[in-house]
Order: sequence, then structure tokens, then C-alpha cells
Amino acid sequence: MPVLARWIEAAGIPTVVVTMMPEVAEDRRAPPTVGVEFPFGHAFGMPHDRAMQRRTLELALHVLAGASRFGTRVDLDTVWPVPPREAYRAWQPKVASPIVRKILEAQGTGPI
Amino acid sequence: MIVDSLKFFPAPFAPTTKGAVHSQARRNLSGRHLKIALLTSSGMYIKRSQASFDLEHEQTHPEWGDPTWRAIPSSATAAEIGVAHLHLNDEDLLADPEIALPMHLLGQLERERLVGGATADHLSVMGYQEAKLFEWRQTAAPELIAHLREQGASGLILAPA
Repeated sequence: MPVLARWIEAAGIPTVVVTMMPEVAEDRRAPPTVGVEFPFGHAFGMPHDRAMQRRTLELALHVLAGASRFGTRVDLDTVWPVPPREAYRAWQPKVASPIVRKILEAQGTGPI
Repeated sequence: MIVDSLKFFPAPFAPTTKGAVHSQARRNLSGRHLKIALLTSSGMYIKRSQASFDLEHEQTHPEWGDPTWRAIPSSATAAEIGVAHLHLNDEDLLADPEIALPMHLLGQLERERLVGGATADHLSVMGYQEAKLFEWRQTAAPELIAHLREQGASGLILAPA
């Protein structure tokens, strides 16, 4: 996604990337980034929590409009309100993806 | 707060990253002059009118991901949206698509005049892609850029799933 953002920026459309992995986005030389410490699939927040979603979206808009230079990163100051272990389990698919199955099988771990 | 990029990432597959560098954007500007589009990589599509992202081919070709994209009308409701993504639990996305594509919230900010406007369509891709991103580079990205220009977008918020 950071690479896609870079291509779109290069075409003249300003972007901001809202990401759970801002360090990776920085490594991929993403345009301005908002870091969120949220589980995957939940870039803007908890389901039906409009206040949390709004805080994230408003920060993204501020960064999009105001980032003064390439590589700007601002992290959202919001803690996910679910215990990490529970949240970690909740975002994952019920069945491991094909590439995860392949990697685990190659490691000898077997299907999960 | 400095976000821990690996907090919810499976440890065996964690990527290597450099140290965090935290910089502060200028915060005194707003998006009042921008017409905003949103892009999610959660694999959303409109069930009644669009094909799902191709998950069957990925099942037999694990290094491949469907490189196509979908335009999601800003008026679409949760009941109209499907999710096709083998790397995520889709329950929360189906219950409230705004967690990845907050287009109704963006519409509210537009009505409150906090943004200049919102595009009629927003964008959806399926974020798991082959490593070199060949199809995205050759086909999807130029199409997405053309669509954003047609829609008059002057800013894009991308949200990896």
C-alpha cells in the first residue's frame, strides 16, 4: 500500500496512509503516514465507535492537508480498548491463508 | 504515543524494520479545500453488482493476489458490501465497513464543512499481492489514478487492511 500511495503521489494527487505498521511504511518510503496501534482490518477504529473513527479520520485529514514534507509520520494517541491477546486472535481469519499454510508446511509445522 | 508496528502482527512472519522516526506534521491547516477520496485494501465489493475478488485462484496459487480494484459508491450501505480477503477475519468489516472505509463519516465531515468535498466513489483493492506488484504497477495504479482524476479528487486517504 505505501508503494501504491507513492505512485499516486507521483501522479500529482496528495495522499496519506493510515497504517498499523508505520515503521514498514517508512521503510517503503511512503508519503505522509498516520500510525494507528489497532488490529489489522480496523484502520479507523472499533466497529460502531464513531468517536474513535472520527479521531482517526480527522488526524488523517490534518496530516494530508498539513504535512510539510515527504515522510511525515504522526501516530494516533489512542489505545485499542481490548486486551492485546484477545485483539490479536480476533483479527485473524478463521482458516489460515494459503501463503501462511504453505510457509508453515515448509517449516514442518503442518496445517493450523 | 509511538505506535508499535508489530503489536498485532504474527511474530513468526514479522518484517524487519528500521528504528522509528517520529515527526510532527504541521497541524494548523485543515482539509477544507480538499475533495477527498478513500481507498481500502480490505477487499470490499458491492455484492449485487460486482464480482468478488478472486479468492479461488489464490487458494491454488498462494503467492498470487487478485490485482483488480472496485469503485464503491459513497452511498453504499453495510448490507450491500461484501468482503473478500483470506488474510483477515471479516466479521467486523461486514458489521461496520466504516472501520476500513469511513465514507459515511467523511460525508458527515463534508456536511460540517470540515472538508471541501468527498468523491462520489471510493476505492477498494485486495491488499495481498504478489511481491513485485507487477499487475498493480502496470494496470491497477494507472486505472486508479485515472478514476481519481475523473472524480476530481484532490486528496486520497489510503488505509491498508
